[in-house]
Formats: sequence, structure tokens, C-alpha cells
Amino acid sequence: MSTTDWSEMQPLLTQACRDTFYMVGWSALVAVAGGLPLGILLVLTDRGGLLSNTVANKVVGQLVNVARSMPFIILMIALMGFTRWITGTTIGRDAAIVPLAIGAIPFFARLVETAVREVDGGLVEAVQAMGGNTWTVVRKVLVPESLPSLVSSTTTTIVALIGYSAMAGTVGAGGLGDIAIRYGYQRFETQLMWITVAILAVVISLIQFAGDCTARALYRRGGRSSPAPALRFLKAATAGSRTA
Amino acid sequence: MHSRTGTPTPVHPTVTETPVITTSGLTKTYRAHRSHGPEVTALDGVDLHVREGEVFGVIGQSGAGKSSLIRCINLLERPTAGTVTVDGQDLTALVGRGRRASRALREARSRIGMVFQHFNLLSSRTVRDNVELPLEILGMSGRDRSRKALDLLDLVGLADKADAHPAQLSGGQKQRVGIARALAGDPKVLLSDEATSALDPETTRSILQLLRDLNRQLGLTVLLITHEMDVVKSICDSAALMERGRVVESGTVGELLATPGSALASALFPVGGEATGTDRTVVDVTFRGESATQPVVSRLARTYNIDISILGAAVDTVGGRQIGRMRIELPGRYEDNVVPVGFLREQGLQVDVVTEQDRQPVPVEEGAHK
Repeated sequence: MSTTDWSEMQPLLTQACRDTFYMVGWSALVAVAGGLPLGILLVLTDRGGLLSNTVANKVVGQLVNVARSMPFIILMIALMGFTRWITGTTIGRDAAIVPLAIGAIPFFARLVETAVREVDGGLVEAVQAMGGNTWTVVRKVLVPESLPSLVSSTTTTIVALIGYSAMAGTVGAGGLGDIAIRYGYQRFETQLMWITVAILAVVISLIQFAGDCTARALYRRGGRSSPAPALRFLKAATAGSRTA
Repeated sequence: MHSRTGTPTPVHPTVTETPVITTSGLTKTYRAHRSHGPEVTALDGVDLHVREGEVFGVIGQSGAGKSSLIRCINLLERPTAGTVTVDGQDLTALVGRGRRASRALREARSRIGMVFQHFNLLSSRTVRDNVELPLEILGMSGRDRSRKALDLLDLVGLADKADAHPAQLSGGQKQRVGIARALAGDPKVLLSDEATSALDPETTRSILQLLRDLNRQLGLTVLLITHEMDVVKSICDSAALMERGRVVESGTVGELLATPGSALASALFPVGGEATGTDRTVVDVTFRGESATQPVVSRLARTYNIDISILGAAVDTVGGRQIGRMRIELPGRYEDNVVPVGFLREQGLQVDVVTEQDRQPVPVEEGAHK
């Protein structure tokens, strides 16, 4: 069987796109929901931070490091028990979301940490002097002031997740990366593989472009001139396909 | 609540004897590297008394402990020992057990305004939203916040910039926003942390003028720290000089001038000039209040029929009063001039005879920028 005919390829690709967006969308959402507080916690518990706690900082930091150092495919296998407990299965799209999200949480947390650390300590001091508590500082200063960077971090995470999602094919989750591997690598149907790669490149470029625009708009909202180079999305697109 | 932000009625500074900020034995030590490394003493038993309604300046070089001092007043830094009382409330007693500020301390802080050298405005918010921030923390409703923020911006002369972002403002305008924000909680006390150090001389003057006006209109007590003698000279009623974590001189400007050998007084009123010969007597004459308007020098010359050379003089209006110093030279050695010097003292002037050793450089840099 050869899938060189467009009428045969189209439904295959549509389904693959849908699977990829489904997996990446949900796992990105979970990654942001989990990584944002974790990243902020890393900054707050650091020495000299508002909740300075060396032990907690070391534990969380080490946890993040271990999770990040694990190759995604190993993480996916290692988490199978947990995945089954959450989704009831270890196969399929839903099952792939769990390791994707778990893998992306520490990744995003580190990016959040870097972004939040950039916020001028003077602003924190100012809010403290007004009588604000730690929660006020997080809500009114750390998050809004680092928002452009946080948006950029989210974009980077989504792009990385698209890369990781190619490996989700190994648990039968489908997706664009899975098509490229199965048809292109295993069946030598290079045409379909290149189409998939092209779609991935376009999707990643679009996501990066949208992310950059949003970040720049948020940055400019503060009346500042943008520091972001205009063609950054091209660079990120090549970086994105490398992770896949 | 809004009455004070309406038409300002200039009132005279009502400096009362009521202490509004008092620190006693304030000490702050810390280690540069957590548990090891040498212990640094930022504050070494500082006693400060700021009276209600005055502008009090703490001056000193970098590293003298000024910054730690002002941060210990609202407990942004925790003193190692000593107490801080602001408006009758012992703030050091409010410190919670952990590192986090207790609710009572946070409430007390909201009644102390603070302005910063680098303004510390949120770049993601408009000018108006920046001023609203402390009101949000106080839990004021949206409409009240908005109205009050506009009133405050009006007070600092920036009502037309309400919807601008901080990045679009000049340094002086940013500091005005900072001041408006600091006033949002209707504070009795305003702490100013080198508020003019990042500004050019012209803007510095206008910001100091604003602080002075607020001090008079609202009866606001201002405690400012600075490394610029000009700041003390232009708006302070009282001043303290800090060196190596200690207050070495403190008092009203008049009191300081009356203190023989006061480094602050000689920095505020620098008089230079060397004796033109060995057979001369050099004396520093300090004028305060009424004596400043008397023609004492010509009277001295006429009475004793001596030639007087003026080597240097500095006269200024401090806190609305004429204050000055003059270095004059009388012919003959000190022994020959006991009578003229006595005459000057009789006129109510403070006279310090300058010997060679006294002519040392002024210890505090003047008008220097960081």
C-alpha cells in the first residue's frame, strides 16, 4: 500500500494534526498551571527571597533538575503506572498527555524562574513598603511585570511540546511526528514525511510568531520600545524542529 | 479624606516637639555570606528623633548606613537590636516570628509613605494604576481608588499624565508619580530614600520644592536620606550626619551651627580662606536669626579701628531663617584680639578661633552624584 495520493494522505494528516493539537494543547495548559507556581516558588524560596527557605528551594530545584534531565521517552515509560492511575490507560492520546505535561512542567518552571528573577527587586520592596504581603507581591508585581517574558516562555514550551509529542507515537497517540516516523522512516514514504515536516515547520513558525507578537505587544503596552528582533520566529522554528 | 488634596492652603510649618519617628539603640548587623564570613555592622546603636512636621535629613557617604537606617524605619530590614517607634507605635514589637511581615506591621507600613531613588514604578501599569496600587492593597473600591489617584496626581501636578506609562515620563515626572503613590495611604510620615539622587540639578530642585510644599500643606513629616549636602541645605529643618553606622551629629540646622566644630555646619556653610600671614588671627563667625541682619563687621571695625579682611562667607536661608558663617581675619595674634572677639560674642554671635589644625577638608562630599 502506498500513500502517495493526496486523497489518501489528507484524512491521515488531518487526524494527525488534530491529535497533535489535542495533546500539545492540554499538556501545555497543565504545564503552565503547574510550572508557573513552581517557578515563582523557586524564586520566592531562594536565599534573600520573600519566603527564603533553603531546604524547600533545594528540594524543589533538585526535583526540577531530575525531571528535566530525563529523556522524554524514558519519562514516558517511567510514568506508565502514574498515567494508568490518572487516565485508566497507557495507550492513546490521553495517556500521552500525562508524560508530556509532567515533562513540560519543570521545563516551564525553569523558564518562569528566569523570567521572574528579572523583575526589579525595588518593585517588590515598594509593594512591601505599601503594606503588601507576599501574595500581593506575586499578583501585582512578579506576574504582571514578567508577563511578556512569561508569554515567550509559554511559546518556547509549546514548541518543545510539539517536539516531544512526536515520541508520543510510541504509545499509539498519533500526531504529526508519529506520521513522519511511521511512514517516512519505517516505510520509506519520504513524500509523506516531508509533507509532515513542512506542516510542523509551518505550525511551529506560526505559534512562535503569534507568541512573539503577543509578548511584544505586552511589552509595548508599557510604553517601551520593543527589544525583540523581528525575525526571531525563524530561528525558533529551526530550533523547534531540532527537538523533534 | 479628599479635602487635603483640594485647594492647598499654605500653612506655616508647624514643627511640634512631638516625636513622630524615634529610634533607640538601632543596630543592624549581617553577614556578607550567610553563616561564614565577617560580620558587617550597618547600624551601630542609632538614636534618632524626628519631630512632627519637620523635614529631617540624614546625610552620609555611601556605606555609612543611611540606606539600612531608612529601611529599618518601616522594617523592610529587620534591626538586630533596638526599637523603632513611628507615630507612637513601636513597630519593632509588631514583627512576626517568621520572616514574613505580620498583619499589624503591614498595616503600619501602609501608613508610612516611601519614595525611592529609582522610583520603583510598575512598568506594566499606567501612572494612575501605579498610584492606585497602594489603595488596592488597602482594599478601597474601584471608583474611590480612581478618584483618589487623580486627586493625588493633581496634587503633584501630573493630572494630565494619568494614562501614560512610566516609560513615557521623565525622571522628575516619575518621581512625582512615586510621591503621589507614597501619599495614597494618607501617611503622616514620608520616607525618602535618595529620592533626588538619580535626577539632574534642576529637577532635583523642583522635587525638593514639592516635598517642602507637601510638608507644609499636609503637615507631613519627611525623613530623607541623601548624600548631597545641597538637599539638606535647601529643605531640611534638622539633619543628622552618619559615619560608619553611627549618627555623629544631629539636631536642627540652628543647633548644628551653634555646635563648635560641627562637621555638618561647616559642610552646610563652608568657609575657606587661609590667613594671609603668621601675625594674623582668623575667626569663624556664625550668624543665626536676628544677628544675621546686624552690620557687626563694620561696627567692629569702627569700634576698635582695625582693618578686617573677609576671607570667606556663606549665608543662606535655612528653614526660613537667615543663617550664615563668615571667616574674617584680624590683624595681630589671638592674644591681641581678645577684646574684639569678646565684642563679637557680646553681639550674640558664635565665634570660633581657627587654628591651623582646624582647616581640614570638609568631611562630607557636596553636591556629588553617585
